[in-house]
Amino acid sequence: MSGAFAVLRKELTIYFATPIFYIMGFFFLLVEGFLFFFVYFNYFQTASFQVAQNPQLAALLDPFQVVFRSFFEDLGFIFLLLTPILTMRLLAEEKRTGTAELLFTYPVPDWAVIMGKFLAAFSVVATFLLLTVVYPVMFAFLVKMDWGQVVSGYLGVFLLGGACLALGLFASSLTPNQIIAAVSAFALLLLFWLIGAPQEVGPGGDILSALSLREHLPNLAKGVIDTKDLLFYLCFAYFFLFLTKRQLESRRWRA
Amino acid sequence: MIAVQDLTKYYGLTPAISHLSFEVGKGEIVGFLGPNGAGKTTTLKILAGFLPPTSGKAQINGHDCVTDSLAVRRSLGYLPETAPLYTDLTTTQFLLFASRAKGVKRKEAQGEVDRVIKACDLGGVRHTLISSLSKGFRQRVGLAQALLNSPPLLILDEPTIGLDPAQIVEIRQLIKELSGDHTVILSSHILPEVSQLCQRVIIINKGQIVASDTPENLSRQLGQGSRLRVEVRGPVPEVTAALKGLPGVREVISQGEARYLVQAGNDLELRPEIARLVVSRGWDLLELQMQEFTLEEVFLNLVTEEES
Repeated sequence: MSGAFAVLRKELTIYFATPIFYIMGFFFLLVEGFLFFFVYFNYFQTASFQVAQNPQLAALLDPFQVVFRSFFEDLGFIFLLLTPILTMRLLAEEKRTGTAELLFTYPVPDWAVIMGKFLAAFSVVATFLLLTVVYPVMFAFLVKMDWGQVVSGYLGVFLLGGACLALGLFASSLTPNQIIAAVSAFALLLLFWLIGAPQEVGPGGDILSALSLREHLPNLAKGVIDTKDLLFYLCFAYFFLFLTKRQLESRRWRA
Repeated sequence: MIAVQDLTKYYGLTPAISHLSFEVGKGEIVGFLGPNGAGKTTTLKILAGFLPPTSGKAQINGHDCVTDSLAVRRSLGYLPETAPLYTDLTTTQFLLFASRAKGVKRKEAQGEVDRVIKACDLGGVRHTLISSLSKGFRQRVGLAQALLNSPPLLILDEPTIGLDPAQIVEIRQLIKELSGDHTVILSSHILPEVSQLCQRVIIINKGQIVASDTPENLSRQLGQGSRLRVEVRGPVPEVTAALKGLPGVREVISQGEARYLVQAGNDLELRPEIARLVVSRGWDLLELQMQEFTLEEVFLNLVTEEES
């Protein structure tokens, strides 16, 4: 356990000591700010239009559904681009610089190394997400907020973030090259994002769409917490962390 | 402490080491000697539990390096060949991480880090980023992390590489002080280092052990014969002839004025005979000394023999 904490602390120190955390944070917040402004502006326009047409309908217009639902869903897409950059270094760099030889000769079990690294990346994503809480808080000054829906939406993006990071960590365990790790993580995430699209095409589409990272977000984003969606993200993350562990172990038998 | 049996490791189809067997007792300092590519690093990596062997067994304190790797790693301080370090951290940050990863308790970690910083003379670069340290300092940071938590076994792969002469002396002194409580196994291709530091030398070449003994015994036994330095005041041709006449003497080389180098067969004690001879002829015996073969000669002998 202390091994996992040691690795977690080391990874966080490296995140904060290198520019990647600040650069990713800056651009993430920039894009988020723009998105929020955009969806909010859109809501404002629709609301004014409704008021002009039919005041009773305008009262029914749910600000959460219009603004935050798309806000959370767009966040999910940004994760596809963000998470591979955060995870690409984690294991690939250890292999490239040879520090793996230190790390894996310390008495730290493989799972502790993986959990330490995963939680470090997750803390970074969580920090970014917590910084976006200012938007719902700002919004709460203008309209009456349903905070339960906001919590549900954040739960969704946190889980999605964890799933993406687990996949990214696995990609990083496959190669000593950070670029290859990032590109393959991005390609795999994109695949799991789009895999639900053939739903309309024919039979079997349901199964594929059930595997899609995107299909499980809308429910949570609109405030419906369904165990099916929670379990999907948790299993997705667990599956890729498990693959990472197997990949690390393989160096012990691949003689 | 260390028991290695029939250890073999292939990289693809090329054997890096084949059928190595040796043992190292508690408190011993053992030197691994061999030319580049002899399999030193591979052997040490297997002992450290980083690489699996293709076949054979390596045990440390009765724990198998492959199946019981965690127990092995708990009793181990390992300095890899290139001293890889986390270059984005400062010396202290890195050593704190290493001490926690090696199981030092949170409260004791700072004290333990201070101890190894002092031992390796790193006080001046405590808060320097490792990326801006020179090779010598990096090597010492690498050594410092191996010493954390005082492991009973230290595996040091080329510990003095990249250091300046003064630092080399310091590090050798440090390693010497560690013996007794610690078992040390180190690799090197610097012969004087090994002969000064180690109680036992294992010479490997092309993945096989070609000799294993104390530096002194290696010089004597594997030097193929003994060598005597004799200084006698007397007529040179006669002295030469007389020395040559002794049983067992292979060659007498005259080295100027009164000096002679006498080469004889293995394990022959010629000194009394020479003394008697010189006295009986009425010459003056000024010096009579057994000369040992240097480890360099032994080493070159073994390694070139192997190649021919």
